Order: sequence, then structure tokens, then C-alpha cells
Amino acid sequence: MGEFTIKMPDVGEGVAEAELVEWHVKAGDPVKEDMVIAAVMTDKATVEIPSPVTGTVVWLGAEIGDKIAVKAPLVRIETGDGETTGDVKAPPAEAPAKATDSPPPAVETDTRPVTKAASVLRHEAPAPAEKPLASPSVRLFARESGVDLRQLKGSGPAGRILRDDVELFIARGEVPSQPVAIAKRTSTEEIKLTGLRRRIAEKMSLSTSRIPHITYVEEVDMTALEELRATMNRDRKPEQPKLTVLPFLMRAIVKAVAEQPNVNATFDDDKGILTRHGGVHIGIAAQTPAGLVVPVVKNAEARGIWDCATEMGRLADAARAGTATRDELSGSTITISSLGALGGIVSTPVINHPEVAIVGVNKIAVRPAWDGTQFVPRKMMNLSSSFDHRIIDGWDAATFVQRVRVLLETPALIFIEG
Amino acid sequence: MKEIVCKLLVIGAGPGGYVCAIRAGQLGLDTVIVEAGKPGGTCLNVGCIPSKALIHAAEEFGATRQMLAGKNAMGIRVEAASIDLARTIAWKDGIVGRLNGGVSALLQKARVKIVHGRATFRDGKTVEVETEVGMQVVRAETVVIATGSEPVELAALPFRGRVISSTEALSLAELPKKLVVVGGGYIGLELGTAFAKLGSEVTVVEAMEQILPQYDADLVRPVARRLGELGLRVLTGAKAKGLSDDGNALAVETSDGQEHLLPADRVLVTVGRRPKISGSGIEELDLDRTGPYLRIDDRCRTSMRGVYAIGDITGEPMLAHRAMAQGEMVAEIVAGKQRAWDKRCIPAICFTDPEIVTAGLSPEEARAQGYAIRVGQFPFSANGRAMTMVSEEGFVRVVARADTGLVLGLQAVGAGVSELSASFALAIEMGARLEDLAGTIHAHPTRSEAVQEAALKALGHALHI
Repeated sequence: MGEFTIKMPDVGEGVAEAELVEWHVKAGDPVKEDMVIAAVMTDKATVEIPSPVTGTVVWLGAEIGDKIAVKAPLVRIETGDGETTGDVKAPPAEAPAKATDSPPPAVETDTRPVTKAASVLRHEAPAPAEKPLASPSVRLFARESGVDLRQLKGSGPAGRILRDDVELFIARGEVPSQPVAIAKRTSTEEIKLTGLRRRIAEKMSLSTSRIPHITYVEEVDMTALEELRATMNRDRKPEQPKLTVLPFLMRAIVKAVAEQPNVNATFDDDKGILTRHGGVHIGIAAQTPAGLVVPVVKNAEARGIWDCATEMGRLADAARAGTATRDELSGSTITISSLGALGGIVSTPVINHPEVAIVGVNKIAVRPAWDGTQFVPRKMMNLSSSFDHRIIDGWDAATFVQRVRVLLETPALIFIEG
Repeated sequence: MKEIVCKLLVIGAGPGGYVCAIRAGQLGLDTVIVEAGKPGGTCLNVGCIPSKALIHAAEEFGATRQMLAGKNAMGIRVEAASIDLARTIAWKDGIVGRLNGGVSALLQKARVKIVHGRATFRDGKTVEVETEVGMQVVRAETVVIATGSEPVELAALPFRGRVISSTEALSLAELPKKLVVVGGGYIGLELGTAFAKLGSEVTVVEAMEQILPQYDADLVRPVARRLGELGLRVLTGAKAKGLSDDGNALAVETSDGQEHLLPADRVLVTVGRRPKISGSGIEELDLDRTGPYLRIDDRCRTSMRGVYAIGDITGEPMLAHRAMAQGEMVAEIVAGKQRAWDKRCIPAICFTDPEIVTAGLSPEEARAQGYAIRVGQFPFSANGRAMTMVSEEGFVRVVARADTGLVLGLQAVGAGVSELSASFALAIEMGARLEDLAGTIHAHPTRSEAVQEAALKALGHALHI
């Protein structure tokens, strides 16, 4: 029996180390060729590391949250053949090619005990994501009593939770008989920040500690734009995506920064240099299951409305799926922050360092507006935008937002060239 | 017209919507339900009920024709057999009409206000209904979207002329001589089988390699065999390309790349159903989606506060009984009760000949979820009642955890097995073990004995095989 050492692969991008964010195996686990054993995170992208061999994990070289240098040993796997070390190549798909070099018969005989071990393990482990086993009447009783059945062990056959179990659980005082909302809770839980969460924390600290923010809020009458948007959505071609407000806002920003190039800029405060950018690369703050990421729509100045929408949709999907590349997640020159239906009335967006401006979108709501003779219902939306006050004066910030407002309120202006 | 203001507004009076409204009414909620067509939705008007009526009529007629051919094993003969399709359809319409009236009466009894007309959302809590007497605005604290689904149309075969959906197939005035069914899922096979029994020459065109692709091969085999006996032609791995130039035939590309023309008086397209979202202002609400469906959580809440969605619009499985259970749950949640979706299984039935019923996990699904399992299968060929009914095809299968014997799934294929769905679902919801099924006396002689025997077989001591 040989031992195979998987080393931290070179994940490219000139990265010397990466943070371990997830183990998919533990010592003693059987692994199959191509099975993902760990996930590491570089500056922004997460890379999954597959095993190039079949065998049993005997040693794990790091804990979650550790930074691992490229080429450092990561996992040792006991295999059937004599191969003792290996590097996993960065594009995971290529990795298994090496392992299949070993003669098939040897693999066949040696993996048999491993497979056996797997079935034994499976037998002992509780089945995945299992619902608590209880009859419908007991489930109802528990729900109405505020008992989470997942906390109970059933005394019935096959571990079935009986009504008696729930009553005993309540009697032992493990559930407050009063409504849960007024019960005292004393427990605390410590959670170590790792991966994306840690990166978000670092980035936010950097932005707020270095940049003196000024936030300016203005309301925008979106009625005309919403009508236009509804029409465009109704008549769109099948291959065209559904338009949200954002592509319009992106185009309005493109127009507005053309008149105020300081807003579309990055500020290197160590060197004291402001770089104005010709291209408008708009970061779109997007929520993913892991946390906040900012995919970037590059060169929005050279894209039409539909193109902006398509690119944004593609990037948002990639970000959510975790497949966005480093390039797609960096290089923005100005950022939009939108919480969609959760947009609220006002927000204080944090500037995406080293940019100097961020435009926050609040939700559209029908509000009464005075048209000179009467109140009329209008679709109103607030824009809450933050600026780096070292670069942008209050006057400039207001001028910029007012320009965006005019463009959104008279959306034809967005489409007029020159 | 004066605005209606209410606590709960239900949009769509299909099985999900009307059950939700009735339960809400029982709980004392001030409830309004809006429906553009007749109450009962797809299920009652153009789905479950009329199709089962037609299937039953076809079954009876098919059996009678068999007596005519002298092939009846019990020795029954008839001199002549004929069917008056217009009367069959009228009989079916009568049943539908009775049930329409029944639903309306139940809604009224629960003091639910019915508004007839098409609803369009003005915002998340307000709809406009185009009624016969003008525009009615309804404003509610809570809204339940239950607009259902509609047959998917193929771009190459739009529904018009001889290309029909299941809706039209259930109201044909004349029996098609040659019927081509595009889509070998359960709707296509149920209707295709019925028309074959009524006397149509039926061809089924399925793009996948197996008919009823969502079921495992063991369950499908008896159905496929029976289709052959009934003279249905089944083309798997075949794609419908469109009508021929003269419109009298369907062009089909088979798996070997060859194009064939299938002569057809009618082409029935049953390639699935899609949620009814467009045209009612739902799109403008910008609710989160899962694919084409509205995304809901375990309480049927959409991404908008106070807006719930139930039934087909929330995705698969598109089954009336799922919608009903969701509707009941949502009404209770709106009334302030603690409820969440905690069902262990949603039984599903395919009313082909023979019928297929499934509840819980199939052996493959159970293995894929990491369970070590025991499987017991008992054939109806060893069941006395099945013999006396001249239908011994099929079996009952039980899937259980190997370690505890907990029943994870129950499936059956055979004549009349749809009625076993109740005991299947009950066993799984109650958390029954194999010993529970084996230790319950099942009345003799019935087909249900096969359930007990399947459990005994999984325990290693079946008695009658």
C-alpha cells in the first residue's frame, strides 16, 4: 500500500498562498478519484481541489481558516499502488489523467476493501437531511407547542418521536411553555470568520476607516421610466433578459460621469494620486449564499441597455454559482448597491475602496406627489449615494446625483447620443 | 364599483385556491376568491376529473369490445358494441357541472365571496377584476396566488386546427381515426390509451428513450406491454418536427435521423405544463423565481410580504392534492396558526392501463440519498383477487431502511392500484416500519394483501410466494 500526498496546487494568478475554507473529507474517509476533497479561497475566487487518486484519507494538513502556501502538503491518502506524491494541477479536470496511469487490475483489487468500508460507514451515519420521524398529529402538536422536533430523540420504533416524547420534553422544561418571544436566552456562540466573510469584514473596515464618507439622498420620480421599462419588457425578444431598473441606472451613470470625471475614479491615498478612468466599469453589489460579492460590468459606456442587462444577469448568476472569475470580480471604477424589493427608504452605502463613489438604490414605492393642483400617485425611488469627501465636495456630489435624477425622470435623455 | 376590502384574497379557484378559501372561511377570515372560469380549475374542468371520466368510459367500452371479439376469459359475449361519443362527453360534462356547483356551494357555505372575472395585480395587495358588470377593485391584507398552469405549446406545433391540447381532447365531438400523441408522459399516455380503447389508431411520439421517463423501468414495463396489446404504436427517441405541408400528417424525426410522416386526424400535444404567470400583473410584482416558477419557502411565502403562492405556479409536482394541502396550510397560517410544510411524501398516480402509484422514495432515489435499503416486491400474479379480476399484471414494491426497517417508499403498478395510494401515504407519514405493514391484517381477498406480502418479503418471509 502506497501513500499519496496531495499538495496545495498552484491556483494561478500569481497567488502564493490560499485560505482553506472547507474540508469535504476527514481522516479515515474513503475517497474516489475526482472527488472534491477541499475548497480553498484566493483573493476572490474559490477553487475546489479534487483527489487524483482513490484511497483512504490518513492525514489532513490544515484547519479551516488556515492559510496554506502553494506546494505545501495538504492531504495524505493511502492508495493501493506505489505512487507516493503528486501535485494537483490547477484546472481540476486535468488532474485525474495522471492517476489513471496505474494498471487497472491493481486498482480493482485494492479498492475493494475501501468500497466495503464505505458501505459500513454509510450504514452508521444518519441519513442526510432527514426530517424528524413523527406522525402528522405529533408534528402538529409539537409545532403548536413551540417544540423543534429536531431536538428530540424518539422512543418509538425506528426512532419515531411519539406524543409522549414531546410531552416529556416540555415537562422537563426544555421548552418554555410561554411563547418563545419573551423567554430569557443566555447562550452565546462564537463563530470564526473565514473565507468570503472575513474578506468582506476586512474590506469594509478598510473602506470606512480610510474614507471620510458623505452620503446624499435624493428622491427620483420613476413613473416615466417604469412605464418605459414595462413596455420594453413586454415587447422584448425571447433571447433578451427582463430589464430591471439597474441597466437604466447604469446608462444614466455613464452619462453623468462623462460630465464629472472625478466621480468615476480611484484614489490611491498612500501615493496621493487620483486616477480618472475613461472606461466606466460598474460594480454591482450582489448577495450570494456565502455573502456579498461585487461582479463588475466592464465598459458600461460601450454597452446598450440590453447588453448591460445581459452582462449583469450573466455575472450575477456566475457570482451566485461561485464560478465568477477574479477578473469578473475586480476592476470596478464605481459601484451600484441595490437590495431590490428590500431596498428600504434610505441607506448609507459604504464606498468600494479605492473607488470614490457608490450609488445606492432604494425601493420604488407609490407616493403622493403635489402636481400644483392636487396630489397624484407617483412611483418614487430614493437614491442614497456616498462619496469620498476628500475628492468630491458636497456641491459636486449633489450635482452628480441631480444629473442622474434628471436622466432617470426623463428616460429619453438616457438614449439620446451626444 | 365600490372597492372590496378583505383580509384574504385568493386568486384562482382551482383545487389549491378553493380549498384555501374554504378553510379560511371556516376559520372566520373575511375571504374573497377571484376566478375567471368555472370554479375547480384545471383539475375539475379540463384535467383530473374529466380525463378520469373519459378513461373510465373507454375502459368499459374497450372491455365490451373484447367480449365482442370473443376474447373474454370469463365467457361473456355480446352481439354488438357501439359508443355514442356525444353522449359520453355530455355525461362527463354532467359530472363536471355537478362538481362546479359543489365547489361554489362549499365556498358559499364557508361565507367566501366569489368574484367572477380575470384578476390583474395593481400592486402586491390590490387587484383589478374585469367582471361582466365592470371593473371591481379588491384590496386585501394577504394575497394567495393560485393561478395554476397551462399546457406547454410547441413552437413547431401551435394549438390550432388539428393540433390540440389535453383540454380540447377531453371535449372532442368526433373520434379521431388516427391520433398522434406528442409526449409520452402520464397525460399523453392516459389519453392516448383511452382513445385507443374507444377505437382510434394511436401513435405516441416521445423524445426520451423511455415513455413515462420519471418512473423506473420496472414500473413502466407493464404499461408499455399493455400499450402494445392495445395496438398503440410507441416511437421513443423521436422528435415531432411539425405538420406536413398539406397538414394531414405529423413529421417526425426518429433516433436514426430519418424523417417519417405519421398521418393524423388529430395531433395531441402533451409535453408538459407551464405556470400561468404572464398577463395577470404577477410579472410586474418582481417576485423571486425558481426557474419559471414562483419561489416559495416552507410556508408558501413568496419574496413579497403578505403574498403567498400555492399549486402549479410554485412548480413540480403539479398535483391537485399538493395544491390542496398547500392551500389548507396557508389559510391556517393566515389565521395565525403555527404551520409549515412538513409532509414526508406526496403520492402520485398515473391512470394508465395498468395504473402506477408511487409514494416516497424509489429504490434508486433512496440509494442516491445514501440509504442502505431493503426492497420487497410482490407480484399480483400471486394474488387471488387479481386473478378473479382477470388482471394479474403488476406488483407492489416497498423500499425500507436496512437498519431500522423504516418504510421510505411504496410503489405499485397494476389494475386499480390508485386506491392503494392512501395506505402508501399513510404508512410513510406515520413513520411505519416493515413490521408495521407486515403486522397489519389486510382483508382477504383484496389486492391490498400484496402490500403486506411485499413487506413480509422485504423481511425475508413472504407467505404466498
